[in-house]
Amino acid sequence: MSYTLEGSSGSWEVVIGLEVHAQVISQSKLFSGAATAFGAEPNTQVSFVDAAFPGMLPVINEACVAQAVRTGLGLEAHINLVSRFDRKNYFYADLPSGYQISQYEHPIVGAGTIEIELSNGATKKIGVTRLHLEQDAGKSLHDQNATKSYIDLNRAGVALMEIVSEPDLRSPEEAGAYLRKLRTVLRYLGTCDGNMEEGSMRADVNVSVRKHGEPFRTRCEVKNVNSIRFVQQAVEAEAKRQIALYEDGGTVLQETRLYDPSRGETRSMRSKEDAHDYRYFPDPDLLPLVLDEDWVESLRAELPELPDAKRARLSRDYGIPFYDAGVLVAEQVIADFYEAVAKGRDGKLAANWMIGDFFAGLNRTGHGIEDSPVSAAALGKLLDLMADSTINGKIAKEVLEVMMDTGEDPAAIIDARGLRQVTDTGAIDAAVDTVLAANPDKLAEYRGGKEKLFGFFVGQVMKVMAGKGNPALVNEAVRKKL
Amino acid sequence: MLCDLSIVGAAAGLRRRDFSARELVGAHVDAVAALNPRLNAFITETPELALRQAEAADRALADGSAGPLAGIPLAIKDLFCTAGVRTTAGSRILGNFVPPYESTVSAQLLRDGAVFLGKANLDEFAMGSSNMTSAYGSVQNPWQRRGSNVALVPGGSSGGSAASVAARMAMGSTGTDTGGSIRQPASFCGIAGIKPTYGRCSRWGIVAFASSLDQAGAFGRSVADCALLLGSMAGFDPKDSTSVERPVPDYVAACRRGVRGLRIGVPAEYRMDGMNAEVELLWQKGLGWLRESGAEIVDVSLPHTKYGLATYYIVAPAEASSNLARYDGVRFGVRQDGVDLIDLYERTRAAGFGDEVKRRIMIGTYVLSAGYYDAYYLRAQKVRALILKDFTDVFARVDALLTPTAPTAAFAQGEKMDDPIAMYLNDVFTVPASMAGVPGMSVPAGLDGQGLPLGLQVVGRPFDEETVFAVSQVIEDAAGFSALPAVRAGE
Repeated sequence: MSYTLEGSSGSWEVVIGLEVHAQVISQSKLFSGAATAFGAEPNTQVSFVDAAFPGMLPVINEACVAQAVRTGLGLEAHINLVSRFDRKNYFYADLPSGYQISQYEHPIVGAGTIEIELSNGATKKIGVTRLHLEQDAGKSLHDQNATKSYIDLNRAGVALMEIVSEPDLRSPEEAGAYLRKLRTVLRYLGTCDGNMEEGSMRADVNVSVRKHGEPFRTRCEVKNVNSIRFVQQAVEAEAKRQIALYEDGGTVLQETRLYDPSRGETRSMRSKEDAHDYRYFPDPDLLPLVLDEDWVESLRAELPELPDAKRARLSRDYGIPFYDAGVLVAEQVIADFYEAVAKGRDGKLAANWMIGDFFAGLNRTGHGIEDSPVSAAALGKLLDLMADSTINGKIAKEVLEVMMDTGEDPAAIIDARGLRQVTDTGAIDAAVDTVLAANPDKLAEYRGGKEKLFGFFVGQVMKVMAGKGNPALVNEAVRKKL
Repeated sequence: MLCDLSIVGAAAGLRRRDFSARELVGAHVDAVAALNPRLNAFITETPELALRQAEAADRALADGSAGPLAGIPLAIKDLFCTAGVRTTAGSRILGNFVPPYESTVSAQLLRDGAVFLGKANLDEFAMGSSNMTSAYGSVQNPWQRRGSNVALVPGGSSGGSAASVAARMAMGSTGTDTGGSIRQPASFCGIAGIKPTYGRCSRWGIVAFASSLDQAGAFGRSVADCALLLGSMAGFDPKDSTSVERPVPDYVAACRRGVRGLRIGVPAEYRMDGMNAEVELLWQKGLGWLRESGAEIVDVSLPHTKYGLATYYIVAPAEASSNLARYDGVRFGVRQDGVDLIDLYERTRAAGFGDEVKRRIMIGTYVLSAGYYDAYYLRAQKVRALILKDFTDVFARVDALLTPTAPTAAFAQGEKMDDPIAMYLNDVFTVPASMAGVPGMSVPAGLDGQGLPLGLQVVGRPFDEETVFAVSQVIEDAAGFSALPAVRAGE
């Protein structure tokens, strides 16, 4: 079922393309040695190059280039061995040099693809048009003073990757899936932390609508949307605005718009007529960027296993459902955690426990996997204690909760609380006798043919034994006595 | 007299203890104090700094640690950022900007012991051929026409650098050359000046005019002095991506190579209609000197020469319009407050830039604009490639070229000011080598009928400054240029 929006004239298809600005993880900026750490005091990470002092010159940071190439390789994209930096000229107070160094005509990375998965399990390949490197601008702070704007140049010159998709996305869901998948890939690669709240990943959303089978109509660009949820909302709000315009006999003008999440609508930022003439031209301070093919291949060889490959491998090697594998590879730390738990154990059991009680426990205690009170080794130990019948599954759930709260070792918890499973057949038999004696009527019904009551007796025996009975032995004892 | 010595001669005298660096620098500090009110060759004088550096040089000479330029007093074009010393680029817009850093080129001169007398006047942001566009007043050429005291221009943009050396206020100086800004003033002031190959000297710390053309170089009263200075200034700098990682040869030794067996090209296109007959005559004389010294003279063609100026006046303003965007009053220099950000920009830049700079920013903005980019900038880049190919082709056949440096001798202050095109024509012989990035040197070769110096230009292969020096030295020796300017130290 494809996504459409209903208007008075029938149904409309939505066409979406995304331009994602992903801040490159690097120690220093794209063209200067200044640091890039987030959250530093304003204007403490600014070199004379970043502040565009007279006579200062940019020098390309090889680490940032490597990150862009890694990302390109991760997107299965074409790496352009020769690319070029251009100047994008415009005046603004947080753009010290009066131009942004970007790659306009010759980006470092060409066409690639991202495969997304939708809620119905279907997959779709989304084209990536290009990826290029550029500098970020500084930050203008308009709310510090009634009459003045303040400028923080810490971010000025930090490397960004602009990753442009083809207009292949057809619904808010697809746009969200694309962004999540891209973010996952970037995090796996270690090239961008994907943190949209801190602004290290931002999206410009190109939206148009059309009737089924039509060529593309005019698009609007919704700038600088800073969460996946807002991207999805912005797509729908902007698409509905365009449909209403068309159906009122109007036309959509190509323009740049902003999404206002509090009002759930987009509004015009500037029209095409007001658009800047950026006067792009090759930056004469920089030589063309020429990559050595062997260097690119060495980066390729060092790439980590990416989510799609990891998912297939986990599903195959550990015998877990493809869906579960998808949950486990959403973040590399989760996948690593899972493999540490599952290695040498029952992979299916490990997946069930992680996706079920372990995640629930993290949620309940407000932890992430990075600061989980329960280590992979501890969770593995818990599974081992089940496997060797020290405890049964029900008790294990209890033990895991205590582990989550206290961070204690499972064996210590079991010993301290006397949770060890009872395998003494004498004790079990005695418990069975007690239950049968207490329930003569149920016993009579069972013997009269109501075999469903078997489970009742087992449950009662477990209750008498405070849950610690070995389930198999309890079953056997109940059957024998009945 | 100390101020008449060459750098090579003074360096030898310092080592012989004929005089101290303190004495040598003191004589030049006095000359600056005496002549600068008249010539305006320096925007900022740094006598105390110079004397302190001289004392350090004397100590270094005494303990044997002296560099090759120890105690040599120089003028530094005020386009080079100098740590702790105001740097203006000849513009009001930088105000009292004091750089917290030293340009690579000037730092290398300091490393080798050089002494800085001050910051030399220049056309605003190096845009001009007369030094009339400086916000700090025009520079007067120390030369005068025979029997006339009309003030002449020193050429530009490195006019203060050239005038200070000609008038014996400084023993040598730094300049920058974007389209002729070293070679033309050297010719006008009767001294030697070299623009090395693009990429030979670091541009780091030099206020940018046109990044793909700007190149630092040196002035001296002899070819060997220029060679000594360039040897200190040149070299790869990881802070400038366009500087080239090649060893710097011994340029002073190269001066003595001679020209025997060299093939010297004479480009037909440099023989222009209506060219000054004295310039033409001097050119022929220069070719004769080279022939007599054993060189073979070869007629060659640089067919795209006629497009040089037009191409230059697209490429250079385009880059300048972008390079000068940073002068916005926000972070340094002079700010004119406005009602909003745009108003602040407009007021700051309207008040801070002079007319010629504004003209070039407007030209540059225009040629990069949507709809005009292909017709102007892109086409200019293609023509530039053809100009480079002209040189590449010619240098397959000859080792160097000899041409006049400028079409005329120095003109009077105020002339050509209402005709930018006539002003731009000053650079017609120097611009092509700039567009091609190849090295060029102007050597004083004679006087015109009014007693004003004329220079000849030697152009060489990329990174072959050695041949340029060798050819220039032969011309210097043959010309025996010994005329002195009217205004000079001790007169």
